Amino acid sequence: MTFDPVGRPRWCRSIALVNERILILGGGTGGTLAANRLRKALPHRTSITVVDENDRHVYQPGLLFVPFGLAAPDEIVRPRALQLHHGIDYHQSAVDHVDLDADRVHLADGATLDYDVLVVATGCRLVPEETEGLVGPGWMRDVFTFYDLEGATALHRALTEFTGGRLVVNVVDLPIKCPVAPLEFCFLADWYFHERGMRDDVDIVYVTPLDGAFTKPTASRALAGMLEERHIELVAEFNTGEVVCDETGGGRLVGYDGTEVPFDLAVVIPMHSGATYVGRSPGLGDDLDFVTADEHTLQAAAKANVFALGDAASLPISKAGSVTHFEGEVLVENIIRFLRDEPLDASYDGHANCFIETGFHKAMLIDFNYDQEPVGGHFPTRVGVPLLEESRLNHLGKLMFQWFYWHALLPGRDIPGITSAMPTAGKHVEPTTPSPT
Amino acid sequence: MPTATITGVAVTLNDEGFFEDPNQWNEDMAVELARREGIDPLTDQHWKVIHFMRDQYFEKGTGPTVRVLGKTSGVTIKELYQLFPKGPAKMAAKVAGIPKPRGCI
Repeated sequence: MTFDPVGRPRWCRSIALVNERILILGGGTGGTLAANRLRKALPHRTSITVVDENDRHVYQPGLLFVPFGLAAPDEIVRPRALQLHHGIDYHQSAVDHVDLDADRVHLADGATLDYDVLVVATGCRLVPEETEGLVGPGWMRDVFTFYDLEGATALHRALTEFTGGRLVVNVVDLPIKCPVAPLEFCFLADWYFHERGMRDDVDIVYVTPLDGAFTKPTASRALAGMLEERHIELVAEFNTGEVVCDETGGGRLVGYDGTEVPFDLAVVIPMHSGATYVGRSPGLGDDLDFVTADEHTLQAAAKANVFALGDAASLPISKAGSVTHFEGEVLVENIIRFLRDEPLDASYDGHANCFIETGFHKAMLIDFNYDQEPVGGHFPTRVGVPLLEESRLNHLGKLMFQWFYWHALLPGRDIPGITSAMPTAGKHVEPTTPSPT
Repeated sequence: MPTATITGVAVTLNDEGFFEDPNQWNEDMAVELARREGIDPLTDQHWKVIHFMRDQYFEKGTGPTVRVLGKTSGVTIKELYQLFPKGPAKMAAKVAGIPKPRGCI
């Protein structure tokens, strides 16, 4: 007798006796779009269940705008369950752990859920406590983050009350969600203080552990130039070891090499880790609780019937909504193939696409993948929006994206012209020199 | 691909000076590589990190980041920076003869 990938005799499947169970941990961008796409693709005898610990789905790109009063907190939050199509079960509970051997998830509310296919899509969590002194007396007084709703809201108040001085924006360590967002924050701060007529009273300093403004060389040079034009100081290769706050207000970042960066107001992007239950699930995650997965198929290294999606996965590409979106198409295809016992030949190429808000109603678009760094040109073809160049059109694109997010991306609709595979037609790509053989 | 001679042996390095093939490395080369980076002599703690980097590379296909080193090597991040002042992950990877850690993109 032969068996299917989840260990049941193959004849069960052929006469449709099997009701497969897909369990998705996380009801954010990845979990929601995967559930909705799978629901459309699979017969209703296949159950799909989404688990999340709360019912607040935050449109995370909106967090950037909250500190500047450009978005209200309640405008970027919707109930998670309402984003799921009919025929998808929603279970609200934290996850205690995954038992990979038993194909079973134990939830914090005491329930257990068995699965045939598990999708880990629980994103990242912020771990400010891993940096000495960060969650000290100055936290939410002189030191903020905009990477969660509470922080972004508190920072809005702090910016409103800021009367001038040194504003330091610090990325502690990578990986972080949306690596361009801290730069966008600097550009918007430049615009914000200009609008308030106090730009000359504020020194904006961008402090990063990278050796430049960004990870990829061409975009890094372009972004460094944009920082310089706006008189934003770039402090590179700074490895924050400690945040020290003074009792009288303000404080300083202290690097592991002893160098210091003083601030009056600090906006810190704390270190990120995967969800805590990943660490409690033997064999599932790496040392930072991210799930190791094949960078093309998204199948987890831990077990064949486990897949990882979005920020929860440990892949060599930015943690970003666009990445999750493009991965989602591949993931759904591969889950269907897995259930049919077919080879997983859908392949994710590392495609990422980010609008970078640059202030003064302009934005810049970058589009890249595992092999192709962001370059100039147009997207998605020779006729399209400009790449690596500021324009008002890109700013409109960024603003319109929120509508697409709720009404096209999450419901699992295809967006015309936007495909999982990175387009090359409009890009200014240098011809590669053939390597000698 | 550039080649270099370390302790009289020709090895293949990438443009940034990281080993392409960790099997070309030996402990004598580590002493020489460390000296070039300004570390002399290599202490037991240095060797602990170097061997940990290599074990991780052969197990996982990439060297660890500083943060992972601090969590798993038994050497604190502060001490790592004292041992390898120019950035523990990169510098230790160079001395340990493994490719540049992929780190984070």
